[in-house]
Amino acid sequence: MSKVRVLVGTRKGAFILESDGKRQKWDVSGPHFAGWEMYHIKGSPVDSNRLYASQSSGWFGQLMQRSNDGGKTWEPVDNKFLYDGVPGTHQWYDGKPHPWEFKRVWHLEPSLTDPDTVYAGVEDAALFRTTDGGKTWNELPGLRGHGSGSRWQPGAGGMGLHTILLDRSDPGRMYIAISAAGAFRTDDGGTTWKPINRGLKSQYIPDPDAEVGHCVHRIAMHPSRPSVLFMQKHWDVMRTDDAGEQWREISGNLPTDFGFVIDVHAHEPETVYVVPIKSDSEHFPLEGKLRVYRSKTGGDEWEPLTKGLPQSDCYVDVLRAAMAIDSLDSCGVYFGTTGGQVYASSDSGDSWNPIVRDLPAVLSVEVQTLA
Amino acid sequence: MSVGVIRVVLPAHLRTLAQVSSSEVQVEVMGPVTQRSVLDALEARYPTLQGTIRDHVSQQRRAFVRFFACEQDLSHESPDAPLPDAVVSGAEPFLVVGAIAGGAI
Repeated sequence: MSKVRVLVGTRKGAFILESDGKRQKWDVSGPHFAGWEMYHIKGSPVDSNRLYASQSSGWFGQLMQRSNDGGKTWEPVDNKFLYDGVPGTHQWYDGKPHPWEFKRVWHLEPSLTDPDTVYAGVEDAALFRTTDGGKTWNELPGLRGHGSGSRWQPGAGGMGLHTILLDRSDPGRMYIAISAAGAFRTDDGGTTWKPINRGLKSQYIPDPDAEVGHCVHRIAMHPSRPSVLFMQKHWDVMRTDDAGEQWREISGNLPTDFGFVIDVHAHEPETVYVVPIKSDSEHFPLEGKLRVYRSKTGGDEWEPLTKGLPQSDCYVDVLRAAMAIDSLDSCGVYFGTTGGQVYASSDSGDSWNPIVRDLPAVLSVEVQTLA
Repeated sequence: MSVGVIRVVLPAHLRTLAQVSSSEVQVEVMGPVTQRSVLDALEARYPTLQGTIRDHVSQQRRAFVRFFACEQDLSHESPDAPLPDAVVSGAEPFLVVGAIAGGAI
């Protein structure tokens, strides 16, 4: 019987939610690391019991945790993220050079082939990797060093590398995204990088051909079609069909094209999910109605999904890492809110149920489909 | 060189991380007893605390961590200044404290 394990990172700890393939009854464990900000927890695709977690606090900094038993027990691993060589500077909010300073790990992306290899996206934006299960972390300096790094600038939420996508068909190819620098691609395993932001338009950037500076919130990919990417930018939902060489807008009939999360159906590469959010400034659902929007046409045409979601007086946010998709035959979709709810759909988004309602603000949601 | 046994009080989160059940731990410090030598000894005994009290690179106190002893705030003292005699003798502990959040979170 299939099972799913949902890994939830919150402002005050991590929670693990488990169910059988029906996804109706859930066991909740946690809080793990109570009181700590858990930006991301993710499992290895080749060893589902191997989990990695980013644990941080404003008081005591960054810690990294590893589990070898699916989250029952954890052990701290190395928490030293030292920039390669002389870190140099990026732009600060006032446009002046500012030294790179490590603040936290935003995203963990375990290798598709090796449970001991994990990529880590950090703030101030850089990409690190461990190849020994977290005992040591080393920067892949080609990203910051490719030429535009000195012009990267933080957004209001900091300059975090928040998205890492690995290409199953090409071990050398990887995509990452940084707020507010944009999207980047490597074709040689992280040695060299190029910005892939052509076609993105940002009102606050006067140069329509700006190589960097775009506030990319999230990128999603279907594993079977790794050259097609979907992006939720600060404003605009975008799509590329050529690995980022050119993007085009697919916001279509969305009620607002602002949002944070975006993800792709497990079995339908043209089915995409977003959660439109009212902005600027408010960052909650339009009209107090929590609606996931689904496109079955790869964008442009969107339908609201509301069954089981609050349709009045709902003023939560859904942050960029807080949506995930399982790979069961009837595809499951999950998202968490800043109000502490984690919603699950076991029918591709047609209907929703809260797994939990009262967690701390949810920062990230991942799901493992277990045999 | 003299060896002193220094009492160190840790905040709850760091006790959990170091896997100690009591609020106070004891570390042996060789030579002058300073913030630096006490924290070096603490991190040597409990390596998981590295980076949580002092920055990995600069070795400076993290901004929201404070040091107290003998009812004095020592947070802004030089890391190489001698700690009070009562800490050196073991009569008083060296306190590592998480700064109050002011109700912010």
